[in-house]
Order: sequence, then C-alpha cells, then structure tokens
Amino acid sequence: MPIEPQDLIEMYKTMLTIRRFEERAAREYEERHIPGIVHSYIGQEATATGVCANLRLDDRIVSTHRGHGHCIAKGADLKRMMAELYGRKTGYCKGKGGSMHIADFSVGMLGANGIVGAGLPIAVGAAMAAQLEGGDRVAAVFFGDGACQEGTFHESLNLASIWKLPIVFVCENNGYGVNTPAEYSIPVKDIADRAAAYAMPGVVVDGNDAAAVYEAAGRVVKAARAGKGPALLECKTYRWRRHAESKAFAELRPTGEIEAWKSRCPIASLERRLLEEGMATGQELADIDSQVLALIEEAVRFAEASPWPAPEDALEGVYSV
Amino acid sequence: MREITYAEAAAEALREEFRRDDRTVHLSTDAPLQLQKEFGRDRVRVTPISESAFVGAAIGLAGSGFRPVVNIRMATFMFVAMDQFINQAAKITYMFGGQARFPIVYRVSVGAGMSMAAQHSISPYSMFMNIPGIKLIIPSTPYDMKGLLKTAIRDNNPVLSFEHTALGQVKGEAPEEEYTIPFGKAALRRQGSDVTVVALANMVHVALEAARELEKEGVSVEVIDPRTLVPLDKASIRESVARTGRLVVVDEACQTGGAAAEIASVVVEDSQTFKRLRSAPVRVCAPDVPIPYSPPMEKFVLPDKQRVMAAVKEALK
Repeated sequence: MPIEPQDLIEMYKTMLTIRRFEERAAREYEERHIPGIVHSYIGQEATATGVCANLRLDDRIVSTHRGHGHCIAKGADLKRMMAELYGRKTGYCKGKGGSMHIADFSVGMLGANGIVGAGLPIAVGAAMAAQLEGGDRVAAVFFGDGACQEGTFHESLNLASIWKLPIVFVCENNGYGVNTPAEYSIPVKDIADRAAAYAMPGVVVDGNDAAAVYEAAGRVVKAARAGKGPALLECKTYRWRRHAESKAFAELRPTGEIEAWKSRCPIASLERRLLEEGMATGQELADIDSQVLALIEEAVRFAEASPWPAPEDALEGVYSV
Repeated sequence: MREITYAEAAAEALREEFRRDDRTVHLSTDAPLQLQKEFGRDRVRVTPISESAFVGAAIGLAGSGFRPVVNIRMATFMFVAMDQFINQAAKITYMFGGQARFPIVYRVSVGAGMSMAAQHSISPYSMFMNIPGIKLIIPSTPYDMKGLLKTAIRDNNPVLSFEHTALGQVKGEAPEEEYTIPFGKAALRRQGSDVTVVALANMVHVALEAARELEKEGVSVEVIDPRTLVPLDKASIRESVARTGRLVVVDEACQTGGAAAEIASVVVEDSQTFKRLRSAPVRVCAPDVPIPYSPPMEKFVLPDKQRVMAAVKEALK
C-alpha cells in the first residue's frame, strides 16, 4: 500500500513533536527544572514514528529508558509527560517514575523501562494476551542494540516464535551502548540476522527514513495481525546527543561521525521530500512547527503550574487494591 | 472433614479459580496435566526453560488484563529472573503511579531436607520481604494452601507463594467447598502460656512436635504461624508475646538478616510488648552456610525438634 501524503505529513508532525519535546526537555534539564536523568531521542524520531503509525490505539507497546519518542508516537499526552519529567503530581506516574518510567496504559503504552532488555519479556506477555483475546491486536517492543546481548532478547524472540505471537521486535540500532560501539559488542553486521535463529523474518531498514520504516513495519505488523507470527525489525539510526543529558556521561564518539549523521536528519529529509513532491508548502510546514512549539510550551506551562506531590505521597500506592 | 495433600490442595485451588475467572492463565515448564486437560493448551501453557521471559511475560499478561499463575518450581530458579521480579513486577504498580494492576501469582518451592544440595535448596523469604510491592504467602498446611492460593489469585498484586518441598505429600483437612483465607492473619496453631514460638513453613510442624514434647515436661508453648510474611500479622505476634513474655522464632533460612530477625524486631521495637518480655528473644535458624548435600550435614544445619526445645528452655531461663 503506497503511503498517502497525509500519512507523511502526520509522521512529519509526530517527529517534529518528538524533536521539540526533547529539545525543550534538554533545556529544562540544563536549567535544573527537571531532576534525575533524561535520555534524548533526538535523531531517532523516524523509528518510533514509522512503527507506531502502523499501530492502533488498542495495540500495545513497551519502551526503553530512551522512551519519550515512543510515548509521543503512541499518542501520550505531552502535558502529563512533561509534568512527570518535572516530578509533579499531575504527571503520568504522579511523580513516582520520571523520564525513564512514563507509561500510559490508556493508549497502550505499557511503560518505559530503565533496565536494558527488560521490556522484551513484558511485551511477549502483552502479545500473548492479544493472542488469547483472539482479535487482531499486536504488540511492539522497542529496544536498542545494547539489549540484543541480553538473555531476555534471545529468550523473548524464542518464546514469541514457538508461540507464533503477534509481536514486532523493533531494534533501534543507534550504534552505541552508552559509549561502546555496537560493532565491538556484536559479532554480526546486522542484528536482524539473529532472527534466523528464531525462525522469524529479520528486516533491516534505514531508521532515519520515516517512510521506509513505515513501510517495513507495515509489512511485519500486517503479518502479525494475520496470525503469521513475530518479526525482528532492525532500524539503523543514531542518537545525536550524549547517552544522557547529564555531564556525567562523557561524549566519546567522533565529532565527524556525529556531524555526518546530523546531515542525515530524519526530519529534514522528510521535509525535503514533502516539498519536492509538492505534498506540502514551506508555509504549511512552518505552521506545523508553530503548532508543535505551542503544544510544547503549553506542556511546560502545565508542568510548571502543577503541584508537587506531598512528601508523604511517597508512602502511597505500593499495592493496588 | 476430608483430607487431601498439600499438592492436591494447590491443584484444587487453581481448578476452582480457573473455573471462576476465565482471565486466569497458567505458565510453567511442565504442564499441570489435569488443569491443562480442562482449560486447554492455550490457557495452561507450557514454556521452555526461560525464566526471565516467562516471569516477565506474566507481567505483560497482567498489564493487559489477564491473571497469570506462574509455577517456577524451585525457588532457586527465580534468581535467573531477578530483574523481572524485583525491578519489574514489584515496582511497576508504584512506579507507574497505579495506572494498572498486576495480578500475578508466582509459585516456588522452598526449603531443604531432601539432599538436593545448595542450588536446589533455599528459603529466601527475607530477600523478598525487603522488596516492597510483592506480597508473600507461606502456606504450611493443605487447608492454608487452598485458601491462601485462592486469595492470591484474586489479589490485584504480584504474590509470591513459598511452598515447602517437604510438605507436598503431607495430608491435612481441607473442605471441598469454597473458602479463602485473608492475607495478614496469622494462625494460632497451638495455645500456650509460657513461650510464644513463631514458626514458618515446615518449621510450624517441627515447632508443634517440640511443643507436644515440652508439654510432657510441663512447659506450655504457643505456636503461631504467620501464614503470610507480607503483609505480616504483627498484632497477633505481639499480642501472644505480651501474654507469654517469651519469644522463639523458628525458620530454616539462614539466620543473618532473615525473616526471624524481622519478627523479633516486630516484638522488641514495640514498647508495650517489649515491657512484657521476660527474656531475650531466641532465633532458631540455619547457620549462614549454603545447604550441604550429604544427609548428616544437611540434618545438622536444619532446625529440628531438639533445637526448638533447647531454644524454648533458653527463653525460659
């Protein structure tokens, strides 16, 4: 199915929302309005966007420590996300989770995760739930190249395969586990090759090309919906910023490499395509940016105006009733 | 009343709850055949030996509206999947601000005494008592197994069921009809007036044997079985000790940092109960060693009737 111009414009808007959210989060972190730690998704926007554009509200995803992009692409509310980053009572987790633990079960976002590789088994469970329900729901789980050396990666692909679960394993290969190059940690050139060991399709796609991710994810999501089982989708991409915003994480990657990837900006390249193919005018795209910036500003205002949790709220909510 | 084994009581609890709620599902590395026969291979699903994957899958199932029961077999196998227990299952209710419920039952067999050696023998209660977010049940009789397991399956939180290996074929009374046992209510196994013995799992039976023996010597021992460690029925323990003035805690886990230490603290930190103490609390636990294989050594490290009797006499000094 060819991509409609409207789909591309929607994806452009989603990617820009992620970019502007992350730029603002970095700034507010720098100004100490956001405590703790923030892992920026800048540079990888096309992956979350292209995959989630194939998902319905009732499909479920599981995310990572670098999870803001997945939340936004799945439809989470910017205000409650920003409020969570600010540690406020109005945040998604009432200030108990922060950047690494945003979840919105109402849009099928089953949680970011601070432990590398830990989300895969959880997503397998969500996919098993979809299978037991008997409909055509699917699950998708995002994880980095670093997670692919964890046991959970192998166990989860294996389980999903033997049970023919409706799940897409989305590896966002951004080339580094903190500062250790993937080519050091991983003996195969393409992580997608590992899919063969679990008898499922392994697909490599340019993770900076939203349309390509959309199409590749579309095929495997469709197969999963049809009961044909799981797939491993490897999106080759790059993060522009250091591992996390904190200066505690040194930037050890070559400057030239970072600049080269910046010249392959997923948003700028989609923008060029939209303009070249006459799908949007410069003014229309500028309007989208203004709308997005207004939404981010509104989210920040909401977070700033939101109350702090009462200190003793810390004692609430360990158990569900 | 009808008598069934501890293992049969567990099977009956599962069968009843699976009939009651079609959102229940079962994961284990070997199928419980009767359950699978009645509810099918999809709902009663066999997993490969992939502890991290299926312990975590239960979380995803629960977060998606199901009520998984996972049989992990040996408690020692849990350690392969500790991230999924501790960082995931225990924390996500709180960490996500209570957005979703995670009703999961993880069943594990605990204890020693079968010459299974260190990697198949452990009673790791206190490790999990120190991790908020998981409830802990520790049935010591068929009656409690059925009632506690049914409550666990209906609970909206992760529950870890510690089931003692040595009790599997032990018979006891358990009604055929429907009943549940609330969490946080200790069982008074034997009334007494001289010493309170709080015992866990198989040690409840050891403590009862000791109490019967001591009765012949004119010592009246009260035996309390907490039945659940999280929540812990502090009030019943304190009330008993306030009456007897003496506390012995019997647990076959290693002594350092164990559940027995917590139970002793519950008593001594409460000033009202503390004032009533007539002697220092005594712990009867395993020494701080991995469980050895050879029967004479294994028997040596596990608390037995003689050690419990000696501890009671120590408390009476």
